[in-house]
Amino acid sequence: MGIRTIHASVITEAVAAMCIEANCVLPQDVLAYLKQCRDEEPWQVARETLDVIIQNDELAASAKVPLCQDTGMACIFIAVGQDVHIEGGLLEDAVNAGARKGYTQGYLRKSMVADPLRRENTKTNEPALITTRIVAGDSIHIALAPKGGGAENMGRIGMLKPADGVEGVKKFVFEALRQAGPNPCPPTVVGVGIGGNFDHVADLAKRALVRPFSMPNPDPFYAKLEQELLEEVNKLGIGPAGFGGKTTAIAVHIEQMATHIACLPVAVNLNCHAARHAEVTL
Amino acid sequence: MASASETRHIEGRLDISTRESLHAGDAILYTGTVYTARDAAHARFVAALDRGEILPFDIDGAIIYYAGPAPAQPGQVIGSCGPTSSYRMDPFAPRLLDLGLAAMIGKGIRSPEVVEAIRRNKAVYFAAIGGAAAVIAQSVRSAEVIAYEDLGTEAVRKLEVVEMPLTVAIDSTGANIYEIGPKAYLGSHSEENR
Ligand code: SF4
Repeated sequence: MGIRTIHASVITEAVAAMCIEANCVLPQDVLAYLKQCRDEEPWQVARETLDVIIQNDELAASAKVPLCQDTGMACIFIAVGQDVHIEGGLLEDAVNAGARKGYTQGYLRKSMVADPLRRENTKTNEPALITTRIVAGDSIHIALAPKGGGAENMGRIGMLKPADGVEGVKKFVFEALRQAGPNPCPPTVVGVGIGGNFDHVADLAKRALVRPFSMPNPDPFYAKLEQELLEEVNKLGIGPAGFGGKTTAIAVHIEQMATHIACLPVAVNLNCHAARHAEVTL
Repeated sequence: MASASETRHIEGRLDISTRESLHAGDAILYTGTVYTARDAAHARFVAALDRGEILPFDIDGAIIYYAGPAPAQPGQVIGSCGPTSSYRMDPFAPRLLDLGLAAMIGKGIRSPEVVEAIRRNKAVYFAAIGGAAAVIAQSVRSAEVIAYEDLGTEAVRKLEVVEMPLTVAIDSTGANIYEIGPKAYLGSHSEENR
């Protein structure tokens, strides 16, 4: 296979367009799930709260305004085909230029501070939080998930013992949701990473959030665990906005990988009902 | 708990008797003035008080909205403008409540110290629906930065709102929707299953 050349400016433009689109238009599958949850919600206050959320998301899409004021950190997952040559600049610079352009021209909120302790706003929403992988092929796939601080702050990592097993994992996820309560803007999407090590497990949990809703885990063992966890979590009673009700979570997504004989890492990364997401293949 | 049809309209200054008439779970529509302030502005408030300076607005009887709006598009008064998580302002809230702060608007749980300060001052904590930011922005009629412009979205803004949809989250007795609501749902649920 020959080498394909992609200009950095193409990446910049694609990222800019995705930032605006993702922040104003909730993916169809998420909206469909929210409506289904609304129809299946037995508690009146919860139904009314979901109605407002759905109304908000429809208004944002039609008026082209951000559905949440927290337009998030630009979490960007890039899969670069190893037969691609990028011309005209560095990949990360191109992505950051795209985030800057999208957040500025799209009237999106700039929520990034340059330093975690000195906390000066960068005023451009840079830097994007970029994760890059090299894959087969001659194209670049970019997924963007604007991630709000409220839901992000409720994430946790646990280094469990192998003997804790499935029950330990379930308990950990349940506890994470219980303690998060109303803070992550329920109903949430629950991203669960299991396996790997301390850093990989967090990446798994975040990747789980960008998986399309229509795709359960391809391994039936984990697909079943996803369903069981969703049922468990929806027994908490927290409900939409935490005002009480069945719909505490809309979906649970698990991503798993190999781990060490001594380890059972688990991570929970929550997404709010504003589970924004866009992707493109260049 | 109140449904949309029982929603109460409340206007202007929240005097003590109005505050005492509000109960956790009540749905209200508020018309009046609120001031946005979140993490960075609160840190400056407290620093200003420590230096013996006055705050950028009269805190006595005021309502603070924990929010950092998105920029206004051309033709808009304000961009999307929903609540942020309130617990991050917990270290600052009791001091402001003791200075007369009437109410806070935000989302999520508060510390026991804040609940106690709400009770002590007969204040109110309202919840706005997190993430319903485009809908909430429609109730904002004017917005003006009155302090800390350098903080960008975290600057203090004076907002005039009309029929802003809110739920009483913690009332002047300390009753809390985040406890009552889930309990009521779970209670009704277990009865159904009996
Ligand atoms: S958690 Fe999500 S919906 Fe809630 S304020 Fe943050 S970004 Fe918005």
